[in-house]
Amino acid sequence: MLTEELRTALEAKIAGAAHPQEYVVDVLFALQDHYGHLTDEAVAEAAQLVGMPVVAVEELTTFYPFLYREPVGRYVINVCDSVVCWMDGHESLQNHLMERLGIAMGETTADGLFTLLPVCCIGYCDRAPAILVNKKVYGELTPEKLDDLLETLRREAE
Amino acid sequence: MTTTYPQILFQNRHADRIATLEEYAASGGYEALRQMIAGGDRAQVQAAIQEATLLGRGGAAFPMGIKLSTVAADAPFPRYLVCNADEMEPGTFKDRVLLHADPHQLIEGMVLTGFAIQAAKGIIFIRPEYENAARILEREVALARQAGYLGEKILGSDFSFEIDVHRSGGRYICGEVTAQLNALMGKRPNPQQPPPYPTESGLWGRPTVIQNVETLSCVPHIVRNGAQWFKDLALTESGAGTKLFAVSGHVNRPGCYELPMGVPLSEIIEEHAGGMRPGSEFKACLPGGASTQFLTRQFYDIPMDFDSLKKAGHRLGTGAIMIFDHKTCMVAATLNLMDFFARESCGWCTPCREGLPYIRDLLQRIERGEGEAAFIPMLEEMSKYLWNAYCAFAPGAVSPLQGLLTYFRDEVEEHITAHRCPFQASGSGALDNRSQTD
Repeated sequence: MLTEELRTALEAKIAGAAHPQEYVVDVLFALQDHYGHLTDEAVAEAAQLVGMPVVAVEELTTFYPFLYREPVGRYVINVCDSVVCWMDGHESLQNHLMERLGIAMGETTADGLFTLLPVCCIGYCDRAPAILVNKKVYGELTPEKLDDLLETLRREAE
Repeated sequence: MTTTYPQILFQNRHADRIATLEEYAASGGYEALRQMIAGGDRAQVQAAIQEATLLGRGGAAFPMGIKLSTVAADAPFPRYLVCNADEMEPGTFKDRVLLHADPHQLIEGMVLTGFAIQAAKGIIFIRPEYENAARILEREVALARQAGYLGEKILGSDFSFEIDVHRSGGRYICGEVTAQLNALMGKRPNPQQPPPYPTESGLWGRPTVIQNVETLSCVPHIVRNGAQWFKDLALTESGAGTKLFAVSGHVNRPGCYELPMGVPLSEIIEEHAGGMRPGSEFKACLPGGASTQFLTRQFYDIPMDFDSLKKAGHRLGTGAIMIFDHKTCMVAATLNLMDFFARESCGWCTPCREGLPYIRDLLQRIERGEGEAAFIPMLEEMSKYLWNAYCAFAPGAVSPLQGLLTYFRDEVEEHITAHRCPFQASGSGALDNRSQTD
């Protein structure tokens, strides 16, 4: 269920718009933040809020990589696998992450902390190899730096 | 000794923070807007841009002045201006650096362009990976509004203009003009084949001009200093202005450099990017993002401007230069690029949706030593079909492949005849652990 506060905030944002559907991605991001991922309920609520058919909203949730239709961990790690990161050791970085977390790409750790997803070029080629953690960038990574980062995130989550 | 050149877009660039509105204004910022608003001559802005031959910096190099002229004098209102800050092509990061350096020149460029076409609203379409830049823009747009440069009755005139920041949900196709308009309208971002062109019928069926961040950021400087000044910034007769070159790969100092149009490729690599890394020799580069062709050693001294590359059968694209050393397997590098394009194809047109995975799979088999001689003509034939898709991203996607088959055919053939990747031992090899089904 949406909180009254969030519903009112979203309705206020949409109310001033000549075309409410231009806010559909913003609404979906807000609902994703609220529920943790886009549940069936969230998709239906987004559709109702912006006045679009559920199927039209579903077309977007299944299209955009930063909208999650399934549960994800507290930290979503997007590993860039495009050509510059590939040149600079993306493969060993990704293998290291999978080994440390004990999961494959596309999976979430049993404790619900980490999800690993591939992502195409994130525009930090000057700092390759790079990853995003909840949309925040970390670049010029080495296995040691990754270990430190995972440790920091684990501590932060406690 | 590194050759130094005038810094225009980066004149207020600091290593660790963005330039403030005050700093931008102190360097002459918002003067052009004051002059134009006071003079009230909308045609003057467009004339300056057209005379300066400002070519689109987002990859297509379409002249901005000509684009503005396609908004008819009697075109309906409201009109829109969209700033494309979606740079998603592998290797491209110049707009990110520019937005973090001095965002007010983009804001002023948007207001001036909005003024020229009598637009009511500007929208900055930005990729989700640039959340930091999106926040910076929202904050600085609010400051510009407080200072009277934006909003109702700008600087006391009868011109009103707003800027919104629109966050994308991701996907490469959103950088394509017609797809971006669909995305902004809350639709699945499929490209559309013009006509009608967006300047006639774009956002919500209204005239819409779309320009790249770097292109719009050039506008205040052109209006303030004149078209001839802008042209004179280039080293070549055929170029105009400066260009942001985003350099990455096997060089010592990857980064974004503002250099005159027409600067030789060799100078960018050796001086500005600090030369090749120790133990690395230049083999090839992609000169302007992932949808350009490989430039080999024979082009090492080519002047980097749109015209010079076009004459050599190449494209400057976005000016994102990715440099590969002699240890790089070009089949594996092209496979990575094809994997990107296959995954990011929006799926709307059959040649792109079906053709790119087909091409990727052929390349993957070649890279694994399972290739056959017949694969080469198959690759050539498949890449021709990509020209039948609706948008320019599809033919762009096979540019590196065409470069591979033109300049590195012997390397492809070696994979096939030896039944293995000749670079495998050196570690720059195939994407062995990658799933084929992503």
